[in-house]
Amino acid sequence: MDRCQISATDIACRRGERLLFRRLSLALESGMALQISGHNGLGKSSLLRILAGLLPPFHGSVTRQGAIGLLDEHPALDENLPLAKALDFWRAIDGGDAEITPMPGVEALMDIPLRFLSTGQRKRAALTRLFGQRAPIWLLDEPLNGLDTAAIAACVAVVEDHCRAGGIAIIASHQPFPVADLQVLPLADFAP
Amino acid sequence: MSALLTILRRDLAMLLPGGRRGGTLLPLLFFLSVAMLFPFAVGPDAALLARTGGGIIWVAALLAAILPLDRLIAPDLDQGFFDQWALRGISEEAVVFMRVIAHWISFGPPLMIAALPAAALLGLDGASLRIVELGLLAGTPGLAAIGVMIAALTVGLRSGAALAGLLMIPLAVPLLIFGAGALATGGGSGIALTGAISLILVAMAPFAGGAAIRATRGG
Repeated sequence: MDRCQISATDIACRRGERLLFRRLSLALESGMALQISGHNGLGKSSLLRILAGLLPPFHGSVTRQGAIGLLDEHPALDENLPLAKALDFWRAIDGGDAEITPMPGVEALMDIPLRFLSTGQRKRAALTRLFGQRAPIWLLDEPLNGLDTAAIAACVAVVEDHCRAGGIAIIASHQPFPVADLQVLPLADFAP
Repeated sequence: MSALLTILRRDLAMLLPGGRRGGTLLPLLFFLSVAMLFPFAVGPDAALLARTGGGIIWVAALLAAILPLDRLIAPDLDQGFFDQWALRGISEEAVVFMRVIAHWISFGPPLMIAALPAAALLGLDGASLRIVELGLLAGTPGLAAIGVMIAALTVGLRSGAALAGLLMIPLAVPLLIFGAGALATGGGSGIALTGAISLILVAMAPFAGGAAIRATRGG
């Protein structure tokens, strides 16, 4: 995997009239994993969207080197299509020729339209889409929500492999994410 | 480029009649219903029907174009597709342009075909039918562009779907004036002006729509 890097300098985030956090800086290099922790409403998702470049920061700047893969509450897969076809759409866009290694338990769901899947199954499907993108920088918003114990272990293992291969993972989650060498950034420290 | 073609193929699979986002035949059926109801309402006066028929077809086409608005942009925005495209460097403008093309293919040509039975119901003669068909060919790309633009502009609003219909009508008035007006003047210049308005709208739609979609993320 190519070298990748993401850094944020002195960013602040405002949603509506409310300042969510300020003076936040971070810098990650290839192979590093960071968890953004904190309770609901602190702005974890907003921070990820700022890092992804989808939301302009109220103040400060973000630089990134390498493609961004984002996993949030929207799977971005067609509800009415069998999962295999819905994933094929992204494979055609991402230009990957190789087979995507699906999350454990996803092979069995390939013929089922997404709208019939449970929360955990949808999350697995979305993770499979993320793997197929082969982006070096992963931004994961509550990746463990709805996953059962086996799937949590699989997800953690995949993130570990990703970082070992030289990728970056930034995980926004209120629950512990047991991956090796994980730095933790408590977002509450940056609340105004 | 191949990514955009993939997106266009997906858009067509959703929007073409019989497509998987559902309700795709509704505009056509609505269009034919108006053409069918009108003679019942005004009575069997063949001369009156032939004189007003072309205009009725245009009004029906405009109203039919309002029906699919809420399915054009909102579902993809809600499901996070636009975010994922943006992360892959595919601009909102390009996606909106593909959607204008797909929306036109899925309602322009079918409407032109449906205009044939509609013209028969209204008793239009061959010359008027020709002008109506040419006018629709020139005007429906503009209607498609307005539709996608309005769908993008109203996507973040509550009761956006109802508002979209109301917003579309004044914007479509120039197309209606020149498209239906071509029937009175006998073609030529009216159709050319309809085409010109369509081109402007098609050129404008990706930028207006793209900016509107980006604006839903901020603030």
